[in-house]
Amino acid sequence: MSSYATKFSRDARRVTSDRRLRQTIRTALHNYEIARDRHQTAFRDWQTARQAAAETKWEAINLLPQHLAEFADKLAVRGTKVHWASTAKQASDIIVGIVQARGARSIIKSKAMTAEEIHLNGALENVGYEVVESDLGEFIVQLRHEAPFHIVFPSMHLTRGEIKDLFQSALGDAPSDDPEALTMVARRVLRKKYLTADVGITGANFAIAETGMISITENEGNARLTAALPKTMVTLLGIEKILPRMADLALFLPMLATAGAGQPMTGYNTLYGGPRQYGECDGPEEFHVVLLDNHRTELLADPQQRDALHCIRCGACLNVCPIFRNIGGHTYNTTYSGPIGSVITPHLRGLQDWKHLSAASSLCGACTEACPVKINLHHHLLHNRRNAVKLKPSAREQFGYDMFTSVMNHPFVWWLGKKTGWLLQPLHNIVKRSPLDPVRAWTKTRDLPPVPRHSFKDWWRKRK
Amino acid sequence: MSERDNILGRIREALKAKAPRPSPRDGAAPLPQPPAGGARQWLPPVGRNFKDWVELFGKNAAELKADFLLVSSSDEMRQALVSLRDAERWKSAACHSGLLPDAICPVLGIPMVHTDKHYDVHMLEACDVGITECDALIAQTGSVMLSSRRAGGRALSILPPHHVVLARRDQLVADLPAAFELLKTEYGDNLPSMISFITGPSRTGDIERILVLGAHGPKKLTVLCV
Repeated sequence: MSSYATKFSRDARRVTSDRRLRQTIRTALHNYEIARDRHQTAFRDWQTARQAAAETKWEAINLLPQHLAEFADKLAVRGTKVHWASTAKQASDIIVGIVQARGARSIIKSKAMTAEEIHLNGALENVGYEVVESDLGEFIVQLRHEAPFHIVFPSMHLTRGEIKDLFQSALGDAPSDDPEALTMVARRVLRKKYLTADVGITGANFAIAETGMISITENEGNARLTAALPKTMVTLLGIEKILPRMADLALFLPMLATAGAGQPMTGYNTLYGGPRQYGECDGPEEFHVVLLDNHRTELLADPQQRDALHCIRCGACLNVCPIFRNIGGHTYNTTYSGPIGSVITPHLRGLQDWKHLSAASSLCGACTEACPVKINLHHHLLHNRRNAVKLKPSAREQFGYDMFTSVMNHPFVWWLGKKTGWLLQPLHNIVKRSPLDPVRAWTKTRDLPPVPRHSFKDWWRKRK
Repeated sequence: MSERDNILGRIREALKAKAPRPSPRDGAAPLPQPPAGGARQWLPPVGRNFKDWVELFGKNAAELKADFLLVSSSDEMRQALVSLRDAERWKSAACHSGLLPDAICPVLGIPMVHTDKHYDVHMLEACDVGITECDALIAQTGSVMLSSRRAGGRALSILPPHHVVLARRDQLVADLPAAFELLKTEYGDNLPSMISFITGPSRTGDIERILVLGAHGPKKLTVLCV
């Protein structure tokens, strides 16, 4: 087992026995499900809308070179500097370079999972910059020096009491544990940061090829402020974020809101097509867009799993996943957690190190059912398992299956096995679940049904 | 070779292996791209006429905890604004020039920040209210669509704690596809650098998923429509 797999099992075991944490997750997601169902049924036809969204993304990815070139060229025409980064290192070097060239002192950032992916904050802090996360959930986990727990709800694992204590110790300001009072503390602290920041960094939910615009979806208005006040704006996004036409948003914005957060429409959906234009009174003087590959083209090269690049990062698959609900987001130890994370992480960070994620699934298919762009998530987990074995067969497993095949091919051996099992059963009951148990890997967490004295076959023969 | 060429080259190489089109349900034919008739056929229904749309916008606004007031004259709009000023004790306000703000805002009689040209962001931040026009109201979602060009820039509608939108009846559109069509006919290729769909006041649920208004942007959103 890779060290990642060992850590995964250890953390999963710890979280599944933490009842309070699991209760916090369950409460949060229960309300989400009720709201999501209500807004899904408001659609005239949610299922065909999913199909349409899937086909639009398929078209976007299938013609990616044209779309990306159009997107970049249209942005450039209106004064945006477009950068291309093959690796995470290149992307963070580009952004550090922009910040240094501007002689910036402080940086405000709105939520961007791609920035988590390339560890941008660390890179900027290494060269002496302060980066402040402005999304409330991100702000909270940043104060705790933690990674986001969920790609959409970063601080869903924390109770108001914990957040109050955190604000008290980190900010010296926590009037009560009332969510509204705590939110206002963050509002006051971050207002000052907005007004003084020289650079604003954002992610993007969509990249519109037709008009050369990025689209940012948020509820708090923090990205709006990040894109309005600082003199320089930097947007980091993956190359797969493309949508062909602006009008495609008429479908994608409400679907993202409904699937992701159980809202009919997210609070602010904002398109940006450049820095401040002639005749406009405010906005950044400079706008930089950084397009990131970072192994996405490797995933693209696999036609079977390519549709994982259709993902719009709504988080719906995490919300409905029985594994996520029980082991939580941090256990994955990846940027993208939940089913989509288990599918793409092996492509982004190495199949052999991360193949255990494909096994952490009940293959129930709830994720596939929830996905607004119809990514066949649980099938991809099977693909990953198959590919991992193909590349690195396990001799032990192979031996096991060879044995099984030969037993199944010889009825007498099978019969002998059944009888021996029945005879040895009382002995097994003595050692069951103890370290002496030969099948402890199974019995540790599962029941082993008793071997009956007479099999169905015996009974059938007698009956005749 | 530039990184752009490298990345586009890798993408072209990767796409040489074709992936099948996502299979529609029940063996139905693939949908045309862009879908004929647009997204309208799947999105939530909006009713047939203006009366339905007004009602739907009002219902959505209420659910979003935004205030929506349909007034019958400019005078009534002025009155509505004055009662808001008195109820919330506004000391200063911010707006931009435009047909409606020019006609309505002077009635407030309090210090005004105008964001048409260069303005002091700290003064804007200190204002009690930001008053803007908009590009459209969208009945389907209760959203206000506005742009940097039509609504006094990027900050006016997000920085002050109360955002008041002054709209005309003919700006109410039925649904999101109609709003995007409007952008095309209105601006063509010359789109503003920012277009925002504002759906309710600023909100967060990041603490125990409990709804709190006014996370970073306005705590209140009022739409006055004449």
